[in-house]
Amino acid sequence: MQRLALSISILAASAAQAQERVVIDVLNWGGAFGEAQMEAMGRPFAAATGIHVKMVDADSPPAVLQAQVEAGNVTADLASVGFPDATRLCEEGLVLPIDPASIAPAPDGTPAAEDFLPNGLGECFVATDIYSMIVGWDRRAFPAGQGPKTLADFFDTEAFPGRRSAPRDPQFMLEMALIADGVPLDQVYDALGTDAGFERALAKLDTIREDVVWWEAGAQPAQLLADGEVSMALAYNGRIFDAAVNDGMPFEIIWDGQVYEIEGWVIPMGAPDEAAARDFVAFSTAPEPLARLAEEISYGPPRRSSAALVGTYRDGKTEMTPHLPTSEANMARALEVDTEFWADLGPQTKERFSGWLAR
Amino acid sequence: MANALDPHAAIVVQASAATPAPLTTADGQPLTRALARSQRVARRRAFMLVLPLLAFILVTFALPIGQMLGRSVHNDGYSANMSRMAAWFAANPPGTEREEAAFEALARDISDAAAARTIGIVGTRINYDVPGTRSLFTSSGRQLRELPDPPFRKAMVEINPQWDNDRLWVAMRSASTAVTGNFYLAAVDRTRNEDGAVMRVAENQRVYLMLFWRTFMLSLLITGLTFVLGFPIAHLLATLPTRRSNLLMILVLLPFWTSLLVRTTAWIVLLQQQGVVNDILVWLGVIGNGQRLQMIYNQTGTIVAMTHILLPFMVLPLYSVMRTINPSYVRAARSLGATSWTAFRRVYFPQTLPGFGAGALLVFILAVGYYITPALVGGSSGQLISNMIAVHMTDTLNWSLAAALAALLLAGVLALYWIYDRLVGIDNLKLG
Repeated sequence: MQRLALSISILAASAAQAQERVVIDVLNWGGAFGEAQMEAMGRPFAAATGIHVKMVDADSPPAVLQAQVEAGNVTADLASVGFPDATRLCEEGLVLPIDPASIAPAPDGTPAAEDFLPNGLGECFVATDIYSMIVGWDRRAFPAGQGPKTLADFFDTEAFPGRRSAPRDPQFMLEMALIADGVPLDQVYDALGTDAGFERALAKLDTIREDVVWWEAGAQPAQLLADGEVSMALAYNGRIFDAAVNDGMPFEIIWDGQVYEIEGWVIPMGAPDEAAARDFVAFSTAPEPLARLAEEISYGPPRRSSAALVGTYRDGKTEMTPHLPTSEANMARALEVDTEFWADLGPQTKERFSGWLAR
Repeated sequence: MANALDPHAAIVVQASAATPAPLTTADGQPLTRALARSQRVARRRAFMLVLPLLAFILVTFALPIGQMLGRSVHNDGYSANMSRMAAWFAANPPGTEREEAAFEALARDISDAAAARTIGIVGTRINYDVPGTRSLFTSSGRQLRELPDPPFRKAMVEINPQWDNDRLWVAMRSASTAVTGNFYLAAVDRTRNEDGAVMRVAENQRVYLMLFWRTFMLSLLITGLTFVLGFPIAHLLATLPTRRSNLLMILVLLPFWTSLLVRTTAWIVLLQQQGVVNDILVWLGVIGNGQRLQMIYNQTGTIVAMTHILLPFMVLPLYSVMRTINPSYVRAARSLGATSWTAFRRVYFPQTLPGFGAGALLVFILAVGYYITPALVGGSSGQLISNMIAVHMTDTLNWSLAAALAALLLAGVLALYWIYDRLVGIDNLKLG
């Protein structure tokens, strides 16, 4: 009996402790990205509020979030998703609205709604970073001074022979094919929405088809470049940066024709600790933590006021600004992924693209 | 102690009974009933013993799979959120002129769905059947936060002329009941036209039937290859002295115990153009540096990697069957004048068939569902149907279509299993 009383009191004590120690679960893409968010946002938040952040790795956070909400068993308090997915989840009532007024204004007093880049704030979404699909190339594969310079060069197999790698995914791929084919940036999605434009993109892809090594996982293109399997690759800019700076690989990035997507937080409907999640969203999307995130991983901050706050990478010597998709020079010819296009025509486009691949 | 429930008691009585009258136990009960009762108790006890496992399998395996397969014919994304429209479609048979009442129901439902933030679900459901209409719902939803003035038909067409489109109304009618076969149509490259009739989708959108066909053909090929490669190994294993065969067995099992991803990436290191095999060929002068072979990121890569990974599933059943084959049969055949080839073909080989059947079934069923290896080494031509299921699960989030594709794959496997049972007999299958 005494023992029972003892174990009950231990249980009660640990329950009380669990109540004190609030932990929010954050669905995340994992890897270096999750670690960077932990370093720039999670640990400072824990230090400031005592609320701990646990990063939960997922291959596809929006899919996991949808499964949790539909099953009525939500364990995540927050999830990191792209803007198109955030919009879709919001329209389907799977995530909670977030009041833009709860987000900190810029240091000069500009309200958050004006400080964020377009689409940085949605009805249910607050941006944390901007990543982009770029051309990465290997200096060893070309004579000095004769490397590719534009996106069009990636599709030019005569001037730049050799194999290249590209994502096995129509998103980014089709847009870039049209940009390389000379479609003005503001007409890319209008063109893709028509049969003629779609066929034009596929025709452009046909020209490099024999030379392409398709990749599936984000880590593959940097590996293919490092192995000398390909001389250029369409890749996420953070992966090429990581290989170049951390592993000392002789890789260069072509920012011309980059296609970027905004990524940020959504709060699942039925999040176990909604209040703490809202606190974390407000904390982590202030200008300062966003700048810290851009120092940890080379994805651009989505707030104008953060840009000036970005310093050096964690090696202490690499200035981050030139490596961010959002810096002015890199934005000269850039296209944002069109949420509505991919929500509307995404499934059909993916099927047609798969059909083309298999032909 | 004689006991009515003790089967031994019955046997004692049976042995001593001299008359042909119905056999009874010591206490006068008919033997058959006593036997049935005692067996019932034993059966119940056995059932109670397996009950935890049965419950576990039901909860963690059968239920989720059943639920997922249910999604392939059940999607209430439209019907649950557009109640007035569902009622209108139920009250008016196909072919009814869309009148004002229908458009009023439409406008009110969209307005409510937008307020409840379910308009995206509605749009997504219709978008599956008529691509490009999701934004029609979401953007109209934004404009319909305030209901327009009647007439509603005119108001809706002013918002977007597409609202009077025949194909859209066919899709809305079919989505107005939660149960639908449209996902199965989509899974076999078919759709419905304006009249609701089934037709094939445009040539450049056909993909699933081709992928099913490729999956089955590649799986057959891989099964054949594992047999050709595995048969001699299994034979060697079964006939070598134990000490050496144990060593060889470890060599077979070692890759079996290695992570799937490690084995797959090892093949990338070996087969890529700057990889080990190509380097050796160039070094030997078999091929020039400019003619390096493309052996991975295509069908070849998928076949090589999957054959290697699935090989133990063929070797082990073959080996366990070959171990039991008495060598004196072949010796007898030889002493009766058969050549070694005839002895092998007519005496030894037929006895290995149960092992082949088990191995082939295992390898084939594993191969049709293989996902990660083709995704990593398959390039574009080495993708299988499972990769498309994965796309719909994690990327387009069209789980109903993913479930329909998976159900077709499952049905195909079950059909093959049935054919196998009819031709070979499942009792002839030997796993060990």
